[in-house]
Amino acid sequence: MNDMSQGYTTADGRKIGGTLMEMKNITLRFGGVVAIKDISFDIREGEIRAIIGPNGAGKSSMLNVISGFYIPTEGEVWFRGERRPQMKPYQVAQQGIARTFQNIALFKGMSTLDNIMTGRMTMMKTGMAAQALWWGRAQREEDEHREKVEKIIDFLEIQHIRKTPVGRLPYGLQKRVELGRALAAEPKLLLLDEPMAGMNVEEKEDMSRFILDVNDEFGTTIALIEHDMGVVMDLSDRVVVMDYGKKIGDGTPDEVRNNQDVIDAYLGVSHD
Amino acid sequence: MFYREAGDFKTSYADDSQTFPIKFDRWRYYVVLAVAFGVIPLVVNDYWASSVLVPFLIYAIAAIGLNILTGYCGQVSLGTGGFMAVGAYACYKLMTAFPDINIVFHVLGAGLITAGVGVLFGLPSLRIKGFYLAVATLAAQFFLVWLFNKVPWFYNYSASGQINAAERTVLGVPVTGPNTEAWAQYMICLVFLFAVAWVARNLTRGTVGRSWMAIRDMDIAAEIIGVNPLKAKLTAFAVSSFFVGIAGALFFSVYLGAVEVGEAFGIQKSFLVLFMIIIGGLGSIFGSLAGAAFLVLLPVFLKNLLVGGLGWATDLAAHVELMIVGALIVVFLIVEPHGLAQLWRVGKEKLRLWPFPH
Ligand SMILES: Nc1ncnc2c1ncn2[C@@H]1O[C@H](COP(=O)(O)OP(=O)(O)OP(=O)(O)O)[C@@H](O)[C@H]1O
Ligand SMILES: [Mg+2]
Repeated sequence: MNDMSQGYTTADGRKIGGTLMEMKNITLRFGGVVAIKDISFDIREGEIRAIIGPNGAGKSSMLNVISGFYIPTEGEVWFRGERRPQMKPYQVAQQGIARTFQNIALFKGMSTLDNIMTGRMTMMKTGMAAQALWWGRAQREEDEHREKVEKIIDFLEIQHIRKTPVGRLPYGLQKRVELGRALAAEPKLLLLDEPMAGMNVEEKEDMSRFILDVNDEFGTTIALIEHDMGVVMDLSDRVVVMDYGKKIGDGTPDEVRNNQDVIDAYLGVSHD
Repeated sequence: MFYREAGDFKTSYADDSQTFPIKFDRWRYYVVLAVAFGVIPLVVNDYWASSVLVPFLIYAIAAIGLNILTGYCGQVSLGTGGFMAVGAYACYKLMTAFPDINIVFHVLGAGLITAGVGVLFGLPSLRIKGFYLAVATLAAQFFLVWLFNKVPWFYNYSASGQINAAERTVLGVPVTGPNTEAWAQYMICLVFLFAVAWVARNLTRGTVGRSWMAIRDMDIAAEIIGVNPLKAKLTAFAVSSFFVGIAGALFFSVYLGAVEVGEAFGIQKSFLVLFMIIIGGLGSIFGSLAGAAFLVLLPVFLKNLLVGGLGWATDLAAHVELMIVGALIVVFLIVEPHGLAQLWRVGKEKLRLWPFPH
């Protein structure tokens, strides 16, 4: 493997930059359960980084550590060249990290539009008094953000459900709205926890296209968890493989595919 | 056929997000305002003001307040009566301490003080949720009533233990005290309701409102996407209590004139306002008004029908009222948690498509 610390160019010619996020020796315990065991890896600017592994491997836990929802028992999180102090999840969001959830976590009582608008929460500046009177700034800010949100709605092709309460939408569309809500934050780093789980082939193709477009058009760095190997191989630049909380592989899709530990983990070779 | 979106094109996002996007709704709204401000004050009499209109206006303010907290932000409160009492006593203390200042400022000041108290009692919501929070607010209810009973400073050491509202005027017209005319009572409450509803509408359609609803619908996800839960919950408590405090202040000063805390602001008041928002519609300003109107009108209607019309005993009619309210609560909770407001919306939806339902 060549030295990639200064960035690299992918097979399809996209330029990948320096390190955006670095996880250093992360360990996460829940009582006796060790969900993550001493894992280190990095995510580079502009890349699509996949995290794969069998059920219960600790993938979602890793995203939860990145988004500040779980505090690692040991280890350091570095973001944009600085060690991140312990923060609340909403502060992590303010730093430019947005995500979707394995089990859709939309605001069910709110419309598609409001859900996506809520994604821009960290950028809203007007105070309560101005909002209460709906004068000048408040109205202007709302319109400006609405314009950005409409672009996302167009991009995701969900104009027709703009005003629909999301609780009434079918699963596939909910997943799409959730992506929209994350995109609305204009994140530096976008975390996607199984964005295609439970989708049919067509929906998966749409979602893959959206993910590639986001990465391509907005230059958003993406870390995603996915079980569908075909999708992972197609989408990602580099892959981290986890099994029982440990990292058992890290590299390009081709590299991990030929890694013996990875093959064993997926074929269910016993651990002893 | 006239109730249509077609031909009513929106050319800006501001147009699209206005309160009444459909022209017909907008006109109806103006008509309602014109009648409320221009016609009713001219024709209202004492009976209508004191048994229907004034209580409706005041309860509507309280219901909007509680709806912000419970309907929009998902934090159940059983302390509404106690917070109304804070508004009433704060208003009384302000009225007696600063007799030269206009009553409007006393009422607003009472709202602010209640907001502060609300935030204080809202602090536990950062740790506890649902049932446990409800119990904590119930404790607040009993504590506040006990406090206003036990500490004579709050009622200025009056022998009766009551607080009384002396005459105060707005623009030269008495709005409190025995010389107040029905229309003046009605008018001051209407102005407050209008202002409260308008502010509530503005807050709930913008950023603050979305942060409340996000916390209500899924608090963990809300925090992860950038909602500060502390800020969202405490602003909800503050705004909600501000409105409830205003309602309490008006209830005392304009409506009752004299108040004994346990009687006027007991636990049954908390439940009454809670029932209003459940029946009217959680998370809806219009629902707050509808629920308040319904529960104010129901006993009046039943009394006229059962006692006046059928000659039943008064207490029997009161029991029937309780049973009807109880049944309605159960029905609404099970069948239509969004209350009358949702029934109204569904009705309009049908009308919009009528006569071609597909
Ligand atoms: N909050 C928690 N408390 C206790 N144990 C937890 C918690 N969250 C995760 N775990 C445990 O950590 C381990 C890893 O879980 P995690 O959800 O990260 O797996 P995953 O790789 O995302 O699996 P899947 O593919 O099924 O989503 C599991 O054993 C799980 O039971
Ligand atoms: Mg998972």
